[in-house]
Amino acid sequence: MAFLSLLIVGLIFGTGIAVSGMANPAKVLNFFDVAGTWDPSLAFVMGGALTVAFIGYRIVLRRHGPVFDDRFHLPATRRIDRALVGGSALFGVGWGISGFCPGGAVPALGLLEPDALIFVLAMLAGILLARQLRRMGGA
Amino acid sequence: MTEFTPWQSLSGGMLIGLSAVLLMALHGRIAGMTAILSGLLPGAENRVWRLLFFAGAVIAPFLLIRFGMEIPFRSETPMLWTVLSGLIVGVGVTYGGGCTSGHGICGNARLSPRSVVATLTFMLTAGLTVFVVRHLLGGF
Repeated sequence: MAFLSLLIVGLIFGTGIAVSGMANPAKVLNFFDVAGTWDPSLAFVMGGALTVAFIGYRIVLRRHGPVFDDRFHLPATRRIDRALVGGSALFGVGWGISGFCPGGAVPALGLLEPDALIFVLAMLAGILLARQLRRMGGA
Repeated sequence: MTEFTPWQSLSGGMLIGLSAVLLMALHGRIAGMTAILSGLLPGAENRVWRLLFFAGAVIAPFLLIRFGMEIPFRSETPMLWTVLSGLIVGVGVTYGGGCTSGHGICGNARLSPRSVVATLTFMLTAGLTVFVVRHLLGGF
């Protein structure tokens, strides 16, 4: 049951990304190109997702726990530090170069687009690289 | 040019939000693609739930085009730059602890100060990068 549920929740995510236009790098880049070929659609993606998640989380997180697990796994870190800001700044630069973000690129794999695969593989390499850097830096 | 699609984008966005709520309600997990991908790499625990969510996210668009739905996709970035972009994103989201899904949707919906700061930061640098690439460097 839990396995099927996870697969279905993933399917809903992938459908949402595909329908919304987030899987299309050109559309993502045009959202940021206010000075050029601006396409404000992604504001609607964010608006729709945030509204549902905001209301839904309020209802869900009041409960004792999730259906298939014994607790809600919520991030414990609360610190706003250089890693958070620097990492996020870097992420934005990479996102702005190609228009791919992790949540958009993964469903784009299902469109059988080679560029999405190249991006995801490079991104996994980037994750491993950052882990290595962190280990060396002791942070 | 891409077509302005307010209704598709709004309904797609609501589905993304719904999936985040269901993942929390049923499995107690944050729908952040950074953590999900990162947790599929060697050395992580609890990989099964991530693998299933990942599989669903990949299969959905595949099925949609099979059923005749049109899902526009265009990437004009040269391959070398796509690789560079992937590397930068991978490093950035690891240090930043999340991306558009984890911070941008789930974190902001919980009103997490970290996620608000992260989102404002990556939206700003993404916008600046697009401006530099397209208008100062003349685009790809």
